[in-house]
Amino acid sequence: MNNKRKNFLEKRYKSEKRFQLFGLASISLALIFLVIFLIKIFSNGYSAFTKTWIFVEVNYDRELLLLEENPSSEDLNNADYYDIAYQSIIALDPEVDESSETFLIEMFAYNYELEIKNYLKKNPSDLGKIVKLKLTASDDIDQINKGNYPRDIPEENRRVNNYQLKIFDMLEARGDIINTFNLSFFTNPDSREAELAGIASSFMGTLFSILVCLVFSFPIAVLAGIYLEEFAPKNKFTDFIEVNINNLAAVPSIVFGLLGLGVLINIFGLPRSTPLVGGITLSLMTLPTIIIAARASLKAVPPSIKEAALAMGASKMQTTLHHAVPLSMPGTLSGTIIGLAQALGETAPLILIGMVAFVNTIPGSPLDPAASLPVQVYIWSESAERGFVEKVSACIMVLLIFLITMNLTAQIIRHRFEKKWS
Amino acid sequence: MKSKISAKGVNVYYGEKQALKNISIEIGEKEVTALIGPSGCGKSTFLRCLNRMNDVIDICRVEGSIKFDNLEINSKELDVVRLRENVGMVFQKPNPFPKTIYENIAYGPTIHGLVQSKQELDEIVETSLKKAALWNEVKDRLHEIGTGLSGGQQQRLCIARAISIKPEVILMDEPCSALDPIATAQIEELIDELKNEHTIVIVTHSMSQAARVSQKTGFFHLGNLIEFDSTEKIFKNPGNQQTQDYITGRFG
Repeated sequence: MNNKRKNFLEKRYKSEKRFQLFGLASISLALIFLVIFLIKIFSNGYSAFTKTWIFVEVNYDRELLLLEENPSSEDLNNADYYDIAYQSIIALDPEVDESSETFLIEMFAYNYELEIKNYLKKNPSDLGKIVKLKLTASDDIDQINKGNYPRDIPEENRRVNNYQLKIFDMLEARGDIINTFNLSFFTNPDSREAELAGIASSFMGTLFSILVCLVFSFPIAVLAGIYLEEFAPKNKFTDFIEVNINNLAAVPSIVFGLLGLGVLINIFGLPRSTPLVGGITLSLMTLPTIIIAARASLKAVPPSIKEAALAMGASKMQTTLHHAVPLSMPGTLSGTIIGLAQALGETAPLILIGMVAFVNTIPGSPLDPAASLPVQVYIWSESAERGFVEKVSACIMVLLIFLITMNLTAQIIRHRFEKKWS
Repeated sequence: MKSKISAKGVNVYYGEKQALKNISIEIGEKEVTALIGPSGCGKSTFLRCLNRMNDVIDICRVEGSIKFDNLEINSKELDVVRLRENVGMVFQKPNPFPKTIYENIAYGPTIHGLVQSKQELDEIVETSLKKAALWNEVKDRLHEIGTGLSGGQQQRLCIARAISIKPEVILMDEPCSALDPIATAQIEELIDELKNEHTIVIVTHSMSQAARVSQKTGFFHLGNLIEFDSTEKIFKNPGNQQTQDYITGRFG
């Protein structure tokens, strides 16, 4: 008898230990995957946050520019910078022959002429002087500088030829190649050239979409949740609505994209590729999430509080608005943030409503065409250049930081609310 | 003694199940009426008929007549908000709002538009807390959260909240069942004082409490009002064998 009990107890302890071990194992496994994911993203993407520049001596020759003395800013804008830009770059290699000139030019981003022009527009007094300027290096030179391209493979397999390598080494030895923080990654819109492409357009697009989504879904969902939970009669019809709301939460997002395309763009004629349409489409997805969260947190409000208010002679509406809703807000808000976070990462519906278009302007309002961060990841991941590969990872990092910031804000809001109420 | 509430032939059903059977009772003005009986006998159900709190239970159906002065409580046309303004309630478990002590008391007068100024409101808060014998304990922390008080203090806060709108009747549903003996004694003392201005109906599980605080006692059993008489009579010389058995602790 005693022995039997002892065995039984031992078995119980053992199974408890086993259970704990299983839990620990699954958490470790999840953590390992997370760490691998983060390391992969970071190691691929961190180099996108730096940028390679090449110093070039630019001779702002007044005669070559065909400019008067003290030209107006309009004249500076209209002048032709092609010659001085070309010659300044050619001058990097005094022994250059005609066939190699293009190779030299190709070491720079295609907008070198614009960079030279913009400098003079900012510093008109430098007209007629020789100025040492830093110009954006081309994507290939950028990758060579970051060590992402192997140098020891045969020339025909390389995107940078021997001549360019020679010039690059010479410039680096002179200290004319520098690597700085890549501000243009955050301030530039998308571009066909990896060295110039940035996330400004997609970041703003995402921000506007999320705001539109919040503005459309939050009030509707909260009111629907309150009505369904507190006021609606319990009958077959409300049961039907409830089932359908739950179904809505499970509808594949691409279907919402088709709905957005068919209804918002084709019937209502809203401008395509805009965060307005994107946000409304996303709000269709967040609606059920917020309604479910609002209802669940209203249900969690202790009935004793509602009874207390009713017994004080508060009407149904007063009871709900003064007591139930404020108490349910933390839960509703965190449900909202979860819904928005889902919407943040949503790609398929945005592709369908045209937010996949190549946008090289930064949207100033939800009515301007824009991309969004996850769509930007999708667009760049289709490009073969090494420069875009690192930008994909960098874009993912920005997306993750966006997400973490949102969740953190939600946590803080929740924390404050809960402190106030208990 | 003048009658404040008079119920005649009240039947209550939860779905198919009948919870109260043909209850008729007269609640006297400015006295304490205790309702006793074993669990599930319907005493709380009856109490909740008096301020229509049964409305929140979908399947609950009330028949019969309950008159509050000349007002028919159990009528579809009745304005429940007005009724509850005059018939306050204190619940079994203290349920202050998760707001400050001040806001707890100020809520009723504010929603019923009883005050014109902040000053008037301050006065109501003070007098209500004084009447509930809580003022001295909380006067320095009116703006702290009400749920942070001890159980007994919370219950007195709920009483203060109930009397803040000066209801004619206060219903108490086992107000001391979650409290320790000292807090219970405080509440009982309070009930004794409140009966000077209010009509009180109290549901209690404690026989001794009913004997201490009430003038009239009604004994419920299985949905029937077995006996209703002066408290003295019920406890000293009950007219019914079941009442006798219950108060002497033979069942229940």
